[in-house]
Amino acid sequence: MDELKRTPLYDLHLSLGAKMVPFAGYEMPVQYKLGVMKEHLHTRSRAGLFDVSHMGQVILRGDGAALALESLVPVSVAGLAEGRQRYGLFTNEDGGIEDDLMIANRGDHLFLVVNAACKEADVARLRKALEPQGITVAYIEDRALLALQGPEAEAALAALNPAVSEMRFMDVATVELCGAEAWVLRSGYTGEDGFEISIPESAAVDLAEALLAQDAVEPIGLGARDSLRLEAGLCLYGHDIDSTTTPAAAGLLWAIQKVRRADGDRAGGFPGAEKILPEIATGAATARVGLKPEGRAPMREGVPLFEVEEGGEPLGHITSGGFGPSVGGPVAMGYVPAQGAMPGTRYYGEVRGKRLPVEVVPLPFVKQTYKR
Amino acid sequence: MKFTEQHEWLEIEDDLVVVGITTHAAEQLGDVVFVELPEPGTTVSKDDEVVVIESVKAASDILAPLDGEIVEVNEAIVEDPGKVNEDPEGEAWFFKMKIEDISAMDELMDDAAYKAFIG
Repeated sequence: MDELKRTPLYDLHLSLGAKMVPFAGYEMPVQYKLGVMKEHLHTRSRAGLFDVSHMGQVILRGDGAALALESLVPVSVAGLAEGRQRYGLFTNEDGGIEDDLMIANRGDHLFLVVNAACKEADVARLRKALEPQGITVAYIEDRALLALQGPEAEAALAALNPAVSEMRFMDVATVELCGAEAWVLRSGYTGEDGFEISIPESAAVDLAEALLAQDAVEPIGLGARDSLRLEAGLCLYGHDIDSTTTPAAAGLLWAIQKVRRADGDRAGGFPGAEKILPEIATGAATARVGLKPEGRAPMREGVPLFEVEEGGEPLGHITSGGFGPSVGGPVAMGYVPAQGAMPGTRYYGEVRGKRLPVEVVPLPFVKQTYKR
Repeated sequence: MKFTEQHEWLEIEDDLVVVGITTHAAEQLGDVVFVELPEPGTTVSKDDEVVVIESVKAASDILAPLDGEIVEVNEAIVEDPGKVNEDPEGEAWFFKMKIEDISAMDELMDDAAYKAFIG
């Protein structure tokens, strides 16, 4: 087995009492002393600091980088204003999703953040498609990535540099933090207002310590990150979306701007367009939905969903599920037949041989608080 | 109090044995959010899966520590699973069982042996 990698914050995690686990090739903190439940609730009520340095940071440079990237993603990149970012998807020839990512326009370059488990494949995909077009693809190895999330995130980061208060949801800016050049993105993956901060490795510990020194900020592990994003109805790559799910089935058509759709000025031209675009009109056979188990028992990934309490074949399955600390009960997401995706539709999830009722509900489970 | 390698504690109370999980186990599990207890009257054999306990992240089984019959369960921890983290070796007992052979308790670890076991 390959040796696990460590982020620049590894020693700080240990000193904060983190329980470390292997995750996507890294030793990462799954929880700290507060525990998953309190860490989750703290992020929703105050501010949580996450180390997401395991994720991939990539810079694309060169004339026409935005248009070139559009050959890999069904997203309008050329239409992305300077200082803004948006959510994107790498698709494949079958219309499936190879990874999801964030794309920021930082003026003279594009800055991408991709999932840890997919980053090598993503960089290879980018190099193969973009380098022949004269675009340079630089994988950033010397910067950490921190996320600060929650209603007090703005105040906590503004204490280090008030300029961040000017930023709105999905803005990106270059801001000096702890004497270093930080690339600050007003976004995150918890449903809360907050920031993701790319900072040189040499300043990462200083920044983390300066934030943690504030009353409002606690370190938060991967355990709570997962329950927060689930309550926010956000997809986890490899679970809720993968190379077999299409954007329509996944409920991610909002990420495909009009200009890339059929009849748009830059329609298609990305892998799987001939499958993905018609599905916008016809709909997919299955749909990702929010699911609320009626009892107290959590329904986790892999639980099959039946239409009836006894017998029959499973019609769908759960892709992410667990306990939602802010909801105060079990929450899940999964796929069901598209005609059975209306909120209020009831299914039965088979948990330890017993079929328990679960209802389709609108996503997200917790109201998003982005500062628009 | 006696202990099993599955991190259960057992205590004799009148002619019954009270069973719960240890503080060490509760800490390892993290925040307990769901507990499913057996029906009173269930006859169990040692190592049968009798309780399901779920934390925020994962599900685990609790095994019957000895042969016997479940005679009473602690509904309070079903209503408020967080009690398992708050007071695992006290208020948050799981079930009481009538065991066939009380001498089987002698095979289990005492406090010192359990402390050594968990290191």
